[in-house]
Amino acid sequence: MDCVSTGGNVKVLAKAIHSLSRIGEELYLEPMEDGLTLRAVNSSRSAFACFMLSPLFFQRYQAPPDQAFHCKMPIKSVQAVFRSLSSLERSVEKCRIQMNSEKSRLTITLHCKHGLLKTHNLSFQDCESLQAVFDKESRGNVLQAQPRLWVDTVLHFPPSLEEVCVSVSGERVWLKNHVEDDADPSRAMMTELCLSSEEFDHFAISSQNSITFCLKELRGLLTFAESSGLPVSMYFDDPGSPVVLSVSDSVLEANFVLATLSEDSHQHSHSNSKAERCKAQPPPDDFMSDDMDSYLIAMETSELAVPSYEPAPHPCSTNHRARLSSTRQEEEEEEEEELLDRPPSKKFCSLFFGSVLPASTQLTSQTTRSQEVLASDSEDEGEKE
Amino acid sequence: MKFRAKINDVGCLNHFTRVVNTITKLTKACVLRLTVNNVYFVLSGKVANGGVSMWCELLQVNFFDEYQLEGVSADSNEICLEVAPENLSRALKTAQNAKFVKIKLTKKHCPCLTLAAELPSLSSVSRVVTHDIPVDVIPRRLWHDFKEPSMPDFDVSIYLPPLKTMKSVVDRMKNLSNYLVVEANLSGEMNLKIETDLVSVTTHFKNLGNPPWADDASQGGGQSRPVEAMAHARVDIRKLQQFLNGQQVNPSKAMCNIVDQRIVHLILLQEDVSLQYFIPAVA
Repeated sequence: MDCVSTGGNVKVLAKAIHSLSRIGEELYLEPMEDGLTLRAVNSSRSAFACFMLSPLFFQRYQAPPDQAFHCKMPIKSVQAVFRSLSSLERSVEKCRIQMNSEKSRLTITLHCKHGLLKTHNLSFQDCESLQAVFDKESRGNVLQAQPRLWVDTVLHFPPSLEEVCVSVSGERVWLKNHVEDDADPSRAMMTELCLSSEEFDHFAISSQNSITFCLKELRGLLTFAESSGLPVSMYFDDPGSPVVLSVSDSVLEANFVLATLSEDSHQHSHSNSKAERCKAQPPPDDFMSDDMDSYLIAMETSELAVPSYEPAPHPCSTNHRARLSSTRQEEEEEEEEELLDRPPSKKFCSLFFGSVLPASTQLTSQTTRSQEVLASDSEDEGEKE
Repeated sequence: MKFRAKINDVGCLNHFTRVVNTITKLTKACVLRLTVNNVYFVLSGKVANGGVSMWCELLQVNFFDEYQLEGVSADSNEICLEVAPENLSRALKTAQNAKFVKIKLTKKHCPCLTLAAELPSLSSVSRVVTHDIPVDVIPRRLWHDFKEPSMPDFDVSIYLPPLKTMKSVVDRMKNLSNYLVVEANLSGEMNLKIETDLVSVTTHFKNLGNPPWADDASQGGGQSRPVEAMAHARVDIRKLQQFLNGQQVNPSKAMCNIVDQRIVHLILLQEDVSLQYFIPAVA
């Protein structure tokens, strides 16, 4: 592989590396015919990020002849090359990335002003391809907004807050801080922000859901989106199935797939039976009402908000439902003892990592060989056969 | 018990935020006492907080455009709440460019001070952010702890030098010692001293002036006190530093009263805010 990026794109590349460093410890690099992909996954496999830089992003792009080339390296060492964004902006004119698979070296050369050359030789490890299996297009709910809106929204929450809960209705979006069950609710400050659908560039809701996910990765994507000025889209469905945050333009695409907090399986089946009996309450319009009980119930019964809101059930939801149920079963086994004492168990479903054939390395690939990984396994390469 | 207040004016909001930020720097938890005319932030001198006490008084009308209060009962028309000022400060920080801010006492999962702000948005509909700050309602039988502290029977009262100057001196002394001696006399002189086995450092301030306390009753033996005689108190340097670092109110008057070997009483006055801070002397 040999590619050269110039000017502002060097900074974009640097920002992408910085965003990925918020996710995991290692950078997975995969040069392909249709572009260079940079990926990262966190140790518990509940967050996955992928940047796809098309050949047009680069001034010159040459994929390796051997298609099945994948490697990984500590992200810290790559980050070190692009550490200071301001000096990159000031002095770097172009950046060349070369892969030498014989010597197992990735060479990053920064061509600076006055003919100064900075060459970094990084060692890497061969690995299997890392790919989360997700399909953002089939998600029922899509929110797209300018990065400024997301940044302003996230600013209301304290930096120490780990998880945020997003709820949607026909014309509004609520964000709340998620407080862990074991935390003392009488000590935590609860923050809630209500946004009108008009503030979004694109607002398509087919089911009134509430999802809870980690803020850290969203913040990571936002620093990238803000610097590039690209709108951020959020694709999601039921609680428990991953949320996809996405940024794209003509030459690059970034997808962050984050696990969302799933509801307890017992609660879920219970609410399903309840669903048939009673009509769901849409989330209350009054922003002041923040009663925890009613809030939880709204979350559980949110599925049946679909028929009342949109007559036809969502066409693609069966696929997820099936996947969810298999996850649910595993959870049930894992948490049988816990079920009794604490109703909403805190559990992030891990993402699904499937082995991906080189021929089908598109982001949306759903392979039959995909296998789910629930336990955290930092040594796992993503390939499970 | 009901409380509801509203700030429309950005200037008032900033001012109130600065006061809350100042309190935040001084203590993790304090009592918010609400009366018909005033808002108080109170810290009573418990051993747990190093014996330091604080009394901050705001005139309600100077901050709030609307202010409704229904106290515990008609004869004691006030509310006492224990609150973490940091939460209040954080909530106010996110409301800095709000069109208005409402503060309400609410009953949520626990008693809360709910701060709701309407923020400008990209659309015709405003963004609304609400923060539920958990509070503890303080029962009436404990109120006596949170009454205005009486003016100590001080030996010397003196105007403080510019607080920035004092801060830079104290910040440097902090590196050398954990304790600092504040001493002052009635002829406008004040010294800040540290004494360790290795080094003694003294910063002298002159011509500071002594406030004319109208009723000399509180000054006790002041009449007979020789003007040159220093009253001194040895205090925990961190407490003094906290006070100097945190203050964001830009007082029109800053004074210090010293009870010899007992207490340092610092007073910051602004037209609508007064802040008193008591640091006990250590042996």
